[in-house]
Amino acid sequence: MKSNSIGIAFLFLLVLLSLISAKYGAVEISHQEIWNAFTHSLQGTEINNLNERIFIQIRLPRVIMGAFVGAALAVGGVLMQALFRNPIVEPGLVGTSSGAAFGAALYFVLGATLKLNLGEWTLPLAACIGGIVSTTFVFYLSQSKKSNKSSVVSLLLTGIAINALFLSGVGFLSYIARDPQARSITFWNLGTLSGSYWEALYFVIGVTVVCLLLSLRYAKQLNALMLGEQEAQLLGVSIRQLKIKVLLINVIMVSVATAFVGVIGFVGLIVPHLLRMLHGSDNRFLIWAGAMLGALVLTASDLAARLLLSPAELPIGIVTSIIGVPIFIVLLRRTNYFF
Amino acid sequence: MVTIENVTYEIKGKLLVKDVSAHFEKGKINLILGPNGAGKSTLIKLISGELKPTQGNVLIEKLNLQQISLKELAKFRAVLSQSLELSFPLNVHEVVLMGRYPHFEGKAKAIDLEICEKSMELFDVKEMKNRNYLTLSGGEKQRVQFARVFAQIWQLSEGKSRLLLLDEPLTFLDLFYQYNLMKKIRAFINSNPDLTVIGVVHDINIAAKFSDSIMLLKDSKIFDFGYPNNVLTEKNIFEVFKVAIKNCFEIE
Repeated sequence: MKSNSIGIAFLFLLVLLSLISAKYGAVEISHQEIWNAFTHSLQGTEINNLNERIFIQIRLPRVIMGAFVGAALAVGGVLMQALFRNPIVEPGLVGTSSGAAFGAALYFVLGATLKLNLGEWTLPLAACIGGIVSTTFVFYLSQSKKSNKSSVVSLLLTGIAINALFLSGVGFLSYIARDPQARSITFWNLGTLSGSYWEALYFVIGVTVVCLLLSLRYAKQLNALMLGEQEAQLLGVSIRQLKIKVLLINVIMVSVATAFVGVIGFVGLIVPHLLRMLHGSDNRFLIWAGAMLGALVLTASDLAARLLLSPAELPIGIVTSIIGVPIFIVLLRRTNYFF
Repeated sequence: MVTIENVTYEIKGKLLVKDVSAHFEKGKINLILGPNGAGKSTLIKLISGELKPTQGNVLIEKLNLQQISLKELAKFRAVLSQSLELSFPLNVHEVVLMGRYPHFEGKAKAIDLEICEKSMELFDVKEMKNRNYLTLSGGEKQRVQFARVFAQIWQLSEGKSRLLLLDEPLTFLDLFYQYNLMKKIRAFINSNPDLTVIGVVHDINIAAKFSDSIMLLKDSKIFDFGYPNNVLTEKNIFEVFKVAIKNCFEIE
């Protein structure tokens, strides 16, 4: 299949799925109400109908948030797998998501005693800082003065170690926390899109779009890296600079996304692989297609999370794993996919 | 084209290249021979810019190698190395296109695609251009790498003379392809006289047949350097490799 037709197919499916996702949930919203909600908010008139308000203030930001977070996680996965030349890498591997989880857990347990309170921005801020701190930690600890060789491998191993450290920190906080706090920590670690609101959404969209455009610039260099660090250097790629830039893009994109919706696993791992099975591993294709498929996967998962136990809601991280893992394994076994 | 001046390379107190000076001419195939650990590969890496000399300078057309950026260098200097693996599946033509990466920003231009086609044709990999690189045999993979590296320096870029370095690219290839690929390098240099080839090969017969000059390295130093007939004598080979030979045979 040509990459253009893949793009068109993804776009079509994404629009379709978003519309379905915006319509169904705990409350079903009629087409008329959706139409009215759009026209009213475009005209700037106040919305009085309850379903219209649910659509504009809850459903719509949630659907769009899902799409952008999915895009961010999938592109993060593409970038990290390419940078580490390793198919098992997830975007959170360099410590980002465990750090964010630790930051969030700290907020849940100690937040009430802190003087600083930024309202609904406090939790995302704590998570984001946690993610950035742990990743910086990983980056500095993996820099060895003695040898520059295979520094990427040492980064990977340091990431695994620091991840374990921060996750045990989360474990400790859950252990000392009171029950409702511990539940909040658990729930946050499984991810949810239910808290999405427009201000957060603008922020996530801005960061994701900028990072996505930036990462497209490094697609060629990441391709060259498939030949190995040495060969990439001979093709004019400065490995050190590439590493710093790509890590920075990934950390900002993933920690911001994680900060607002919690830890959502597996999307960053499977989306790049699904695309490689479909159309090969050219990063110039994987980055934009990853953004689209990531958005698709998370939108679908969110819809399932709302419908499976309706009117109750499943944490989305559970859905991405329960549905994603079997599909992924079946595909891995069926295609003669080399990695 | 390439001049190395008193180049020394030391790592952890161990001298790998000791005070080597030489000049390599344009339009010639210059091959380096020597026993294991004599510093051949290190010397190639010093000329390619992968390693920085502890002392001395490498000059490319009178310009110090250290002053040329990685990106600039990639436009006119290419290195053929031993067999390469890819970390992810990629089609053959995508691998070959990587050779053109230093020459375009964003999307590949028509000229880049045309060069890839020609290069794939030269190394007989055109019919496998849509195959997954990871499914190829060792010899096929190496031919694809030849096509990639030649695509990188297929034509003059900004009027700079080109440099091709060989870091034992014939290892693991059978006799037919060893000669076949050396012949192609020879033919390419004949029609592109601005090209300089400096390389390491293991086989003395191949070195004798295809080189214009030979550098013999022993214990990190130059043992002898000059025309193949003058350098590859029974006496020199015995002293460097500790192997007695009667007379070199030649293959047509």
